[in-house]
This record gives sequence, C-alpha cells and structure tokens, in this order.
Amino acid sequence: IRSEARTISGAINGSRKTGKVITKAVAAQAESPASAASKPGHELLLFEALREGLEEEMDRDPRVCVFGEDVGHYGGSYKVTKGLAEKYGDLRVLDTPIAENSFTGMAVGAAMTGLRPIVEGMNMGFLLLAFNQISDNCGMLHYTSGGQFTIPTVIRGPGGVGRQLGAEHSQRLESYFQSIPGIQMVACSTPYNAKGLMKAAIRSENPVVLFEHVLLYNLKERIPDEEYVLSLEEAEMVRPGEHVTILTYSRMRYHVMQAAKTLVNKGYDPEVIDIRSLKPFDLYTIGNSIKKTHRVLIVEECMRTGGIGASLTAAINENFHDYLDAQIVCLSSQDVPTPYAGTLEEWTVVQPPQIVAAVEQLCK
Amino acid sequence: MVFRRFESARAGEAEEAVTYSTSDDDDEIYDAENKAIDFPGGRVAFTPQIKFISESPDKRIPCYRVLDDDGYPIAGSTYEQVDKETAVKMYKSMVTLQIMDTIFYEAQRQGRISFYLTSMGEEAINIATAAALSFDDIILPQYREPGILLWRGFTLQEFANQCFGTKDDYGKGRQMPIHYGSKQHNFFTISSPIATQLPQAAGVAYSLKMDNKEACVVAFTGDGGTSEGDFHAGMNFAAVMEAPVLFICRNNGWAISTPVSEQFRSDGVVVKGQAYGIRSIRVDGNDTLAVYSAIRAAREMVIREQKPVLVEALTYRVGHHSTSDDSTKYRPLDEIEHWKTARSPLARFRKWVQRNGWWNDEGETELRGSIRKQLLNAIQVAEKTEKPSLEDLFTDVYDNLPLNLHEQEKSLRETIKRHQKDFPSDVPV
Repeated sequence: IRSEARTISGAINGSRKTGKVITKAVAAQAESPASAASKPGHELLLFEALREGLEEEMDRDPRVCVFGEDVGHYGGSYKVTKGLAEKYGDLRVLDTPIAENSFTGMAVGAAMTGLRPIVEGMNMGFLLLAFNQISDNCGMLHYTSGGQFTIPTVIRGPGGVGRQLGAEHSQRLESYFQSIPGIQMVACSTPYNAKGLMKAAIRSENPVVLFEHVLLYNLKERIPDEEYVLSLEEAEMVRPGEHVTILTYSRMRYHVMQAAKTLVNKGYDPEVIDIRSLKPFDLYTIGNSIKKTHRVLIVEECMRTGGIGASLTAAINENFHDYLDAQIVCLSSQDVPTPYAGTLEEWTVVQPPQIVAAVEQLCK
Repeated sequence: MVFRRFESARAGEAEEAVTYSTSDDDDEIYDAENKAIDFPGGRVAFTPQIKFISESPDKRIPCYRVLDDDGYPIAGSTYEQVDKETAVKMYKSMVTLQIMDTIFYEAQRQGRISFYLTSMGEEAINIATAAALSFDDIILPQYREPGILLWRGFTLQEFANQCFGTKDDYGKGRQMPIHYGSKQHNFFTISSPIATQLPQAAGVAYSLKMDNKEACVVAFTGDGGTSEGDFHAGMNFAAVMEAPVLFICRNNGWAISTPVSEQFRSDGVVVKGQAYGIRSIRVDGNDTLAVYSAIRAAREMVIREQKPVLVEALTYRVGHHSTSDDSTKYRPLDEIEHWKTARSPLARFRKWVQRNGWWNDEGETELRGSIRKQLLNAIQVAEKTEKPSLEDLFTDVYDNLPLNLHEQEKSLRETIKRHQKDFPSDVPV
C-alpha cells in the first residue's frame, strides 16, 4: 500500500510548522529481504518510531521533558520511553506517583514557566481523572491569561479497544475531549506518521493530545533516515479512488484497508483517507475527496453518540451538502461499555465485512 | 532580642502531634532487644500491644504569634526584625488593600462591576507574605491574595482594568473580576475551580529546579481547598519530587457557608503536613510580624533544602465569601463584628508601628483619603475605557487562528453588520 502525502499549502490553516516535510510517504506493510537491503531508511516498530521522535526532540531542545507513571526506569508500559531516563536523567524523564490530575497539572505549571512537558497517560482512559487540568487549564489558560502564558504540552497515551482489556481500559477519549477549546487532537496510525506527529506535537505552542492505539504499537514499517515533521492539521491519503470516500483514523484504518481489498476484488474503487487530525478536521483534503466521489463512509471506533464520527458527519453536511449524492453513513461502536468477553468485544468494534456491506449499500 | 531563626523552626521540637492510647513502657523492653522488621518503605519497630494512634492530639498544635492583641511584642517571642521602611510600606499596603476592597465591593453593589471578592481580615497574610518573599518567587494564587500583586507594584488602575474588563486588562477581558494574572509580576492567572493550582505548583517548582534558580513557588489555598483531591495530590507530589514549594493555607474558618468543623475533622491543616512528609507550621494569620517571620523562615528552608513546607495561617474571613454571598445568613453578626474590630490585623499592627514612632493619625487620614481618591479615579478611567475588541474573542485560543475560528469570526461579523442596532455600541468591532 503506497500513500502520498501532499505538500502543505500553508494558507489553509494559518499555522506554519517548522521543519521539512517530505512529499512522498511510503507506508509499506511487507517487503522482501532482497529489496530491503537496497531501500533507503530504516525499519522499526511503531512504539520505536514514537521513541525516536521523542528522543530527537529531547536532543534538539533541552526544555522537553516527560512525566508519567513508570516512564523512567521502567521505560514506560509500552516501552515508548525505554532508555530515555538513562540517557537524559531521571529529572527529565520523571516517574510520578499515581495521580493523573497531579502530573497533568504539574505539566501545566511547568509549561507556564517555559518547559515543554510531555505527559504520558498509561492508558488514555485514566486521563479522565485529569479532565479538569486538561480542559480548564491546558485548554483555557492561554486564553484567560490574555495570552501571557502558553501551555505547550503534549498529552499522549494508548487508547482504543484492545484485546479483552475491559471497559475502563478501552476508552475512546477523543469523544470527550473534542469539545475542549484550545487543544488540538491528532491520532497516529503508522510508524511514519507516529514519529512525524510526535515531533510536530512537541514543537507546537498549543496543547496537543496525541492518541495512540494499544494494538498498533508493534506495527513495522520502513521510515526515512532524514528528519521529518508532519503537519498536525493534515489528513493522509491512504488509497486514492473514485467511487466512495472512506474517512477513518487509528486502528480502523487497517480494518478499512482490509475491507478495501475485498471491495477492489468486487470492482469498487474506494478512496481511503486517514483523517489523522481529529481537532481540527482537515476539511480541505476531505472536501476535495467528496467533490470527487460524492459518497462518504465514516468508520470509527468511537461510540455512536457524540463521537468523532458524529462531529465529522455534521461538519461534512454543513460544508459539502451540495456535493453529496447519498446520505453520509457512519459506522461506529455501539453505545455500550466494551465487554470483556472476546466474542462480544469483537461485535462492538466495526469489522471489515460491515464496511464492505456499507460501501455496497452506499454505491447502489 | 536575639532572633535565632532555626531554634523555633526545627521540626523535631514541635509539640507531640501524636499520642498513644497506652503507655510507652512496654516498648522499651522490646526496643532494647532491637527487634525491628523490614518492609518496603523501611524498617519499623514492632509492638506486641494493640495501639491505635489517636485521631486527635491531647493538645492542638500551638500557633506562632509575636504581637498580642494590643500590638505589644509577647515576652520571649523570637521574630525577624523589620525596619521602619518595610514596616511602614507593609502597613500602608494593608490599608490600601482594605480600601480597595471596600470601594470595589461598593462598585459591585452599585452595579458597576459584576462581581467582587474581598480579602477583609486577611490583609496581614497577604502583605506580610508578599514582603517576606522575593520578586522572583512564583505565586500560584487561589483568589484571596491580591495583596501580593499590590506589593509587587500592580497599580490600582491595573486592578480596576481587570475588574471592569477593559482593553487595558492584561487578561483581555476574558476572566471574571478578581481573577488577576500577570506574568511580569510572577503571578499566575487565577482559575476559578478550587485547588487546581496545587498540582501545578510541583510543575513550576520542577521548572525552577531545572533552571537552578534561587527562588521558590508559593501556592495558596483556603481551608475549603484542603478537601479537594488536588490538595492531596499536590502535597504528595511536591514531597516526592522534593519540589521547592511553599504551601500556604489561609484557614479563615469558612468556605462560603461551610465552617471548618464540617470541612475536616483533623486538627486544622497543619497536621496534614506530616502525613505527606512535609514540614509544617501554624501561625497567627492576623499577626503581621509573625506571618512575616514564619514565611521568611519557611522560604529559606524551601530553597536551601529543596523540599516543600506547609504554613497554616489561622485567620477569619471578615467579609462575605463574595458579592454573591450574604454571610449573615449562616453566622452571627456579633462574631463578624468581633473579628472585624477587636481582632483586626490592621489595628494590631498599626499600634506596634505607631508605638515605634513610625506612623501617626495624620498620616492615616492622609493615606486613606489619597487612596480613596486614586481608586475612584481609577474606576472612572476604567469605566470610560473601551472594552476589548471583537477579535479578542477569537485570539489566544491557539497560537494562530485556525480555520474554524476564522470562519466563526467572519460569520459573527456578518451577523453584527446585518443587525447593527442589536449589538452593544461600546464594544469595538
């Protein structure tokens, strides 16, 4: 699967990011050993890509620091910070007691006095305990202080439905956070975009929530050796097509691509876009796609009520109503807590056959 | 009077905070045989007797006090000497704070501002603390500490600008009155929810640690704030991180209508320090010299030892919680009167200052008249000043204006253009 990243036309969103952007992105799933030797770049797993991005930024800027439970000596529950405490010292990669509200608040305080902290939630769901610090303080203090204090924090961690982790470890916090004014939200899905988004988030002056997914940490990909930083507000074209626009993000991207294989065999040509930027939406990329295909399918892991899909549906209806030939279809999880039983859990997450059926229905 | 700062401040010499329900005699036999056990967290001696630590000590932790109710230094008190210039500046600032509170409160009652909150009765805590700190110490206020800004040079006009939400307000009219914030004065913008600044203190302290600065963080809360989860979290973090934070709890007896007896069952807030491994002291918050000395000592400890210290300042909230409250509904008028007059921190300090020959009645009248005039003038100026313009509704949400806010601003401007007479004329567009 090849994907192309466009060059950024800075006029869209008004915020420019420093750092180079490379115009071609290769997101290869598998490659033969023969070609591997001659190809540029290096192969790594998604959690290593996150770590690489983090390490590069910590080298570049001494103000960058990390707070979280077990991030220091233990190296992080998902090994994203492995080795960093040894390299930068246990003050810069700080182990905290179990108090999400505390260490998020601590990050706000540190950011207000000039540091650039990264907060790791062991699981995104636990950050619900830090909601006040994230919404009222991270999101609002830049505004309420009249611009005097900036809060350049990154809040990151694994979320989404895993394998039988139970309801409290399977939260989709992007639903709850999307309303908070003042924050940006991005979701990574490949090692390439994980590293690029991590670097962009750290360099941003705004508070950014970076959503990782529990089941994607071991994805392998070959990424460039040269430094690159992605745009926080840009969507990724995964597979260009003509018949239908499928909008998705994070893990559901893989379910969609699996369904795409089936759809191609059946003669359909779906255009798959990984929206990546959950707040704000990249309506430029999305709009161009809709103007071409006139049909939209949204595939998300959020619950039906109040999820990213619900907001995206509203945004598309408002802005591109005239270009739609059919009603927008949104496939989401049901409004239930994620059950533990494997079979039930599988039924609560959107599966490729459902996606295929939805496209067939949409394209009738 | 020789001031030996560390004698009275040494933790080990504090009164026994903990009593046991049976005698300690039996322990000596076992201690002699050196029986102790290892557990995660360290070695502990053991006892074969069931002993519960009492929920309250026999005697409450005593309160550090220097001046008696009549402003005479108490015999045997040790305190930091204050020279004439500092003492007069402190007293004048306390008067200014009191008058500012009175006039702004009246302005709210007249409908000229929407809200106000006074610090009446807590002027000593405000000013003496400010005087004992250095300008580089970063303040994380709750909301009853404007005296610190005042001491650091925030002008009456700047206070008025914020309360009236004019375009000269540093907060650009985005926060409700008394939610001051000034980066240049090292005073963090106030956020309404209680105690949220306490976990932030550890972060600011962390920043100072990295910069190796000779300064500390000063985080305030009231008695009510100690019930919030953030109090526990903030204290615990600061202790574990060995953060140079000075926690000051203004225990003024009331959290709106909740008296301290319904807020916690511990001996006030000072005893909570030990629970977190934090050194603490209780001080008479209405005694200017005691607060000054205690904060000086505490600050020195915090910076030198790079660990947190907790100061509980006992006082009384003379005013209502805010202009949205009428405290006569839940507490007796004579109690309020008593604390307003007989226990006034200003009156007490004034007696000491005047007895030193550093102040007199003429100075008092002149000062009060002058401040009053300045304030009324500041209010007039603020009332005539333009409000922040429409674009300030959308700026500073992010560093740059994103597309959706651009659109929303455009949409709003179009609406205003179409219905011009329905929008206020004094808001610049």
